[in-house]
Amino acid sequence: MAVCIAVIAKENYPLYIRSVPTQGELKFHYTVHTSLDVVEEKISGVGKALADQRELYLGLLYPTEDYKVYGYVTNSKVKFVIVVDSSNASLRDNEIRSMFRKLHNSFTDVMCNPFYNPGDPIQSKAFDSIVSAMMVQAC
Amino acid sequence: METHEEKPIIYTMENKPIVTCAGDQNLFTALYSSLTQQLPKEPMEWRRSYGRAPKMIYLEANFVQFKEELLPKEGNKALLTFPFLHIYWTDCCDTEVYKASVKEDMQRWQGVLRLHGSVDWLIVVVESDNKKKNKTNILPRTSIVDKIRNDFCNKQSDRCVALSDPLKESSRSQESWSSLLTKLRTLLLMSFTRNLGRFEDEMRTLREKRTEPGWSFCDYFMVQEELAFVFEMLQQFEDALVQYDELDALFTQYVLNFGAGDAANWLGSFCEPVRSWNGLLLRRPIDMEKRDLIQRGEASLLDLRSYMFSRQCTLLIFLMRPWEVTTRALELLHNCVQELRLLEVCVVTGALDCWVFLSCLEVLHRIEGCCDRTQLEANSSHTVGLWTYATEKLKSLGDLCGLVSENGPDSEHLNKTVDLLAGLGAERPETANSLQSPYKKLKEALSSVEAFEKHYLELSHAAMEMYRAIGRMRSARLVGKSLAEFYMRKGDPQSAENFLLDSLKSYVSESWSLPLTHTRKQIADCQKQLQKMDEYLQTSALLASDANMSDEERKHFCQEILSYAGQSAESNDARVALSMSSFTRLHELRFRPASALVHVGAALQLELRLCSLMPVPVRVEHLSASIHFSLEQPGSTAQKRALQNPDGTVTFPGASPVSGSPALELCEIQEHSPSESVLNTAGVVCKNMHLLMRVQDSATSLETPATAPAPLAVEEGAQMLKADDVTLLPGNNSIVFNAPSQKPGTYTLRQLCASVGRVQFVLPHIYPVVQYEVYSQEPQLTIQPLTETLLAGLPQQVKFTILTGHYTVKKGDALQLSNTDSMPVLHSCSCSARIISSSGEPVCESALSIQSSEKVTSISLPLTPPYHTLEFLLDVLCHIPACPARGESDHLTNGQISHRSRRTRFTSGSTLIEQKVSVDCPWSIYSTLVSLSFHVPFKVKHSLLSVGRRKFIQVCLQNVSDTKFRLTNRALAESQTPALELRSLSTEAHSVVFSQQCVFSVWELRWSDAPPLSLQCVFSASFAPADAPDADLKPYSYEFSVERVSTLYSVRAEIRPPTGEQHCRTGALCRLEVSLTRLTEPSDADLEDEELSETEGLRTSRLMYEVIDNHSNWAVCGKSSGVVSMPTAAMATHKVHMEVMPLFAGQLPFPNIRVFKYRPHHASVTQPDTDSCVENDSVSLLDKAVEDHLDTASLRSRGSVQSLGEQPARGVPMPKRQAFAAGQVFTGTQGRQVLVLPASDQHLLELNVT
Repeated sequence: MAVCIAVIAKENYPLYIRSVPTQGELKFHYTVHTSLDVVEEKISGVGKALADQRELYLGLLYPTEDYKVYGYVTNSKVKFVIVVDSSNASLRDNEIRSMFRKLHNSFTDVMCNPFYNPGDPIQSKAFDSIVSAMMVQAC
Repeated sequence: METHEEKPIIYTMENKPIVTCAGDQNLFTALYSSLTQQLPKEPMEWRRSYGRAPKMIYLEANFVQFKEELLPKEGNKALLTFPFLHIYWTDCCDTEVYKASVKEDMQRWQGVLRLHGSVDWLIVVVESDNKKKNKTNILPRTSIVDKIRNDFCNKQSDRCVALSDPLKESSRSQESWSSLLTKLRTLLLMSFTRNLGRFEDEMRTLREKRTEPGWSFCDYFMVQEELAFVFEMLQQFEDALVQYDELDALFTQYVLNFGAGDAANWLGSFCEPVRSWNGLLLRRPIDMEKRDLIQRGEASLLDLRSYMFSRQCTLLIFLMRPWEVTTRALELLHNCVQELRLLEVCVVTGALDCWVFLSCLEVLHRIEGCCDRTQLEANSSHTVGLWTYATEKLKSLGDLCGLVSENGPDSEHLNKTVDLLAGLGAERPETANSLQSPYKKLKEALSSVEAFEKHYLELSHAAMEMYRAIGRMRSARLVGKSLAEFYMRKGDPQSAENFLLDSLKSYVSESWSLPLTHTRKQIADCQKQLQKMDEYLQTSALLASDANMSDEERKHFCQEILSYAGQSAESNDARVALSMSSFTRLHELRFRPASALVHVGAALQLELRLCSLMPVPVRVEHLSASIHFSLEQPGSTAQKRALQNPDGTVTFPGASPVSGSPALELCEIQEHSPSESVLNTAGVVCKNMHLLMRVQDSATSLETPATAPAPLAVEEGAQMLKADDVTLLPGNNSIVFNAPSQKPGTYTLRQLCASVGRVQFVLPHIYPVVQYEVYSQEPQLTIQPLTETLLAGLPQQVKFTILTGHYTVKKGDALQLSNTDSMPVLHSCSCSARIISSSGEPVCESALSIQSSEKVTSISLPLTPPYHTLEFLLDVLCHIPACPARGESDHLTNGQISHRSRRTRFTSGSTLIEQKVSVDCPWSIYSTLVSLSFHVPFKVKHSLLSVGRRKFIQVCLQNVSDTKFRLTNRALAESQTPALELRSLSTEAHSVVFSQQCVFSVWELRWSDAPPLSLQCVFSASFAPADAPDADLKPYSYEFSVERVSTLYSVRAEIRPPTGEQHCRTGALCRLEVSLTRLTEPSDADLEDEELSETEGLRTSRLMYEVIDNHSNWAVCGKSSGVVSMPTAAMATHKVHMEVMPLFAGQLPFPNIRVFKYRPHHASVTQPDTDSCVENDSVSLLDKAVEDHLDTASLRSRGSVQSLGEQPARGVPMPKRQAFAAGQVFTGTQGRQVLVLPASDQHLLELNVT
């Protein structure tokens, strides 16, 4: 379903990034990194419209010919980015939202782990399996 | 008729709802212009079906002459040509005429309408005064209208309207106009609602049939578009757009269904191979060519999409939403590409790129056409996507047509180009005259390498600038990077470099390792082409150690460095310094010994553990660490060295990712002062303060190791740690350095440098601070007792410790101890010394030879290397001074013993003798003074005891040491009085004295002639530790003197019961008779001492007596003290009586009777000694006694004594009492008791007492 899922720290370095193995990993890194531009733009935009501050989902960041990039930002400014294949048109906004919610929950679990040092790359197996499920789950 | 459209290029539908006009054409023509003008002036509310919100709408109409052909035939669903209202105009006011022709005509008209099922009609009767004047037989005005209503509008009377004097400016005319217009609008809307509603219903029905086999999307498209046209005609653009959006969604759904395997038949036509890719066309309101294609069912997918988008675009621009156009355009382009893929439509390679490129530019042109510059700039976030997309597509076209390579296109490329250009077709007439049309651009770009470059750069820079302007730096850099790739392929690394470095900076600062590696690889390529060797090698080093790369690649880059390093440095370019951090990672540094503190010349090893990041073993010619040397004394740097772990290791912080601020590293420090092991300071130090501060200063400076290799200057320090010819294997390595330690001071490691041929890897600063210290020590001698305390009088062992320091003990070196009489050195033959190395291991043991001469004892030392410890034991003996160790005898001691050797002190328990030894050491011209404290083991007290005239001396010896002693040969000797005999009353010759035990000895004094005035005695004894029976007895002696030995007075007393009683009884007054007797004639010495006075020719001395009962056994009634004058003759006796009362029954001891010398005031003026001053209460007792003896002096003294407390400074003469020396008065009552019986009547007793 998703072809790439990334968690990016507040300081914009990747905490976790995983993509489907069939396609170039590098390409996704570039894509996700570039998407941070739009994330930052949206975050600062959200600041202006106070009403939407509780909305963590940033929506479609930008489409490319092959992929759609969606963003989500936690209250602690950790960013989640999900890249899906453009051909996968059956994916609705709600499904993307629920993916982000799942991701956020799992991320929260990672942060709750007393042995996890915030800011380190995420190596949690539980988190990994959640991500795998979201990537495999072909519709 | 033109509407409010300002821009001529934007086409407005000329269509307006059609209204037919029948009847009197001349009449209508006259009214036409005012009618068309008046109709749209006021809005009308349009209420709509299906719950759609009502709208205010301005109506217009196209009035045409009624023809039967205009009425739609059965099945014709065209809405645009549909007449919504039919009006019949007449100005007939003559009933005859009406009946004759007009009615007939109307009936025909009605018939036609009815035939076509049209119910939207209106009859307008124009009334004019002019006509009325002409006619004579005028019917009432309303009659014609009424007639018509009667004839045609049987239930709909509102279908007939009268218009009065339409061409006149009268209020009536106005009124009738407005009612006509209102009616017209209402009827038009009614007609719209009815006809559109019917149309929509039919359309829906058609849509529901879409699953039926014969259904065609194109047909349906035409139907729904008709509706859209009508809405557009009514200027309801929103509604029109909805129609297209619905069509769009429907089509999209079909494509998706096709993808899911549910192929509709009609989709076949859209799956035809794409033959034309001439882009969107947005300059026409309706692209009739494409519309015809759709209508004919011959449109390709791109045609359909292009057509739909052009319509949507037109409507969005009408709606003033140009930014939605750009968003939708990007979506559409992406979507089309996807759909073609999904439908597996056969497309020539590059054709889509052309289509997308043209479309992007077309959209941008269209938007530019309807917005001004500032608007465009403010909204570049909306357009930048299209710019980038166009850039990408042009680039891929360039690749395809061989316009990017250095060599230019070959024939195959040219063929491709021709094919692609063919698909573009001819330029459309709309843009034929424009110089900058997308079509021209594409054609030009594909025509030559130069033109392509020009266009590509133009687009790239435009996109980058826009990204920069809206703050999307990462996107801008990504475009820049692809531009760099372009430059690289063009063989222009110079231009590429900056873009790549810019991107690299961004990836480094945000630690995106994969893009980082990729970009760095490109940079390496670029730098290699530019022949920037330093930078290239640095980049290669980073790449060789990059774990994201494959082994082969890493080896390649490593080999690049090694082969460069291996080149002979014949050219004059200096060595290349690279950052160590890319080459190795330091793990740990370990000192051996762990303290990192050695003496001069000692071996100190440093083991450096590092991890080589290179993929292959690297032979390093030298690995050196430069050292900074400072003369700081060891100890003062304790703070810095606290950073090193106690086990002598320094752990280098691991390379952490750029994770904001590093964690606070705190450590505890304890600084000991260098001389003693006393804690000077303790505290907490932040070890990585500089890192924390740096992070705050600028977040970017963390990149320095990677991107700024410039400041890697190699310091040429004088001192170095060096390891030659080391091969670093991939992974962990351990290198041992031998640290120089020639000079004392602090050595700080500064830089680490690994030389591989011409290449040097430099670590400019070693952090944390690594230091070791070299110290130099002066030789030192200490002498310490072996036991806790040293005892005087016995041989004691002391330990000599020599720390040789930098001094080497040579052959013949000896310690010279100056001898003192009081403390000889006892040397035994079996004396040996131990030599211990600085690390605490015993080295050897060798014999000592000790020679004593009269003045010095010489101890020749064995050979000892520097920084070793020499230890040996020596027996010394401290003689106990043969004198009572009392305050005044100190002088005596000092007189006997040399000025520097000995000092005696008194401590709480025992006497302390401090013995100083002067030692001459071979390493110094000065003598070392060593002080030893000896404790005297005994404390002795003496006392003189008397019985009448007989005298005894008692000596008490107390053992104050912790040792048990054997004591013998106690003896007392007197030196001054020869005729004196001392008879010992002690029986035991030997005794053992335990710690803190006392031994008493008593001697009786006997003399033959006159009793001695004073005695000089010496008590002597021999002692030895009781534990060692073989030990020699050591002498102990104690000198003392006794003065005023003989007894002057004897005091006796008797207590007698009251007369007539056998015994004393409690509560009964008894008589106490005290008799004082002078025993001897006063000697000369006594005369000086005693206060004598002449009374009636008799020499007397005054005595004061006092009766005190300290145990409250007795109550002294009346005077208890008094002064008596005693004649100074032998056996002179004075008796004093007083009354005492026993308070208890039993054997009561006698009350104390004390006798003092009494000194009247005049004798003691010179010595106002308050100690001997008569106390107040005793004086008051004295007063009573004075009454008897009538002494005027004492009477006078009363007042002065009382005033004593108040004015002591006056020096008023006072009477004094002075105690006799021990033995001068013998009190016979001591120990005597008298029997007291209990009182017969207790009550009486109590009464008596009170």
